[in-house]
Amino acid sequence: MDKLSEEPSRREAFVKLGIGAVCAAGVGAASFGYEFLSPNVLYEPSPIANAGKPDQYPVGSVTQDLKAGIYLVHGPDGFYSMSATCTHLGCLTKWNADLGIIACPCHGSKFNERGVKVDGPAPRPLPWLKVWLSDEGDLLVDRATTVPPGEFLRT
Amino acid sequence: MAKTLEGYIGELRSTRAWRSVFRGGSGASNLRRSMAVQQNVFLHLASVKISRKSLAFRATWFLGTLSFGTFLILVVTGILLMLYYHPSVPQAYADMKDLRFVVSAGVFLRNLHRWSAHAMVFLVFAHMFKVFYRGAYRSPREFNWVIGVILLLITLLLSYTGYLLPWDQLAYWAITVGSNLMSAVPVVGQKFRFLMLGGNTVNANALLRFYVLHCVILPLAAAFLLMVHFWRIRKDGGLHTGASDSHE
Repeated sequence: MDKLSEEPSRREAFVKLGIGAVCAAGVGAASFGYEFLSPNVLYEPSPIANAGKPDQYPVGSVTQDLKAGIYLVHGPDGFYSMSATCTHLGCLTKWNADLGIIACPCHGSKFNERGVKVDGPAPRPLPWLKVWLSDEGDLLVDRATTVPPGEFLRT
Repeated sequence: MAKTLEGYIGELRSTRAWRSVFRGGSGASNLRRSMAVQQNVFLHLASVKISRKSLAFRATWFLGTLSFGTFLILVVTGILLMLYYHPSVPQAYADMKDLRFVVSAGVFLRNLHRWSAHAMVFLVFAHMFKVFYRGAYRSPREFNWVIGVILLLITLLLSYTGYLLPWDQLAYWAITVGSNLMSAVPVVGQKFRFLMLGGNTVNANALLRFYVLHCVILPLAAAFLLMVHFWRIRKDGGLHTGASDSHE
């Protein structure tokens, strides 16, 4: 091989090296950007809500905690809690005691007191949330943990 | 000897200071007129000469120009609103109220911003319908149509991000619904919603991110693409004035 035919291959190798370096830098910048945009610490409220002593909820009562976005129901079989966030697009629903129905103001979904959808576009029933008694005897609800419907807390 | 107004202007334009700013000299020849456009950084995006037809109302209904006009109003009023608005949860709603009831001319600027925003969305749609039904998107203007579609998306995103900033119930639930719509996208939807809101719920991070998008990122992107959009009008042979004269 003489020098003339050797030059282009060396140039090609440098071009390939350059393209490779740019690609690596691109991947690095993308992952750097993704990591930067994902917050590592969230100052969001704790998922565990304290509903107080159970004896303040008479049997048959449906109580809405607006701040926590949950319902606490004392049914004949015991306590259960449901998310008050509509399963359609995330609006906050409201318990209507006169009609005995949970209604969403955004797109008209309706649920019964067990969270089963009776009307509207919601694709799923309202999820049931984990309820338990603390050592102090307070009702606690974990808004991040769902349980299958029909799981009651008897006190 | 009395001088006319034109005489004074002509004298001003031949001074050294004027010539140092505007480079081209005065004069009424076509060459001079062309150079006045061609050698100006803002005007050079446009053609030095256009047909009378493309200036007529019927050619465009001035919809593109009107869209750009509302954009300029939004930039000016938006910058002024930024002087009184803090994008933080405890203050945003109160600042919006202050702009309406306390700040001098605040209610005027806020309403001007709001109505111009509505007008801009309407005008951009009208502009696109006009372009579409006149067939002005066809070759050689396909690429400018594509830029126009991206500008439409930016317009809608500006509208959407600005909607959160008053931080009232309407804003909060609209963004809650909108961001939940986004999470319906397969595979990346949830992750994308998390990145956009900077959290799992519409909260302080979401307000700040929407503020930055609304006031910095999206307007800059729009301004950049508008520049290309206007320049392409000249490069694609001027405005489309009718089906039969596309190569005029």
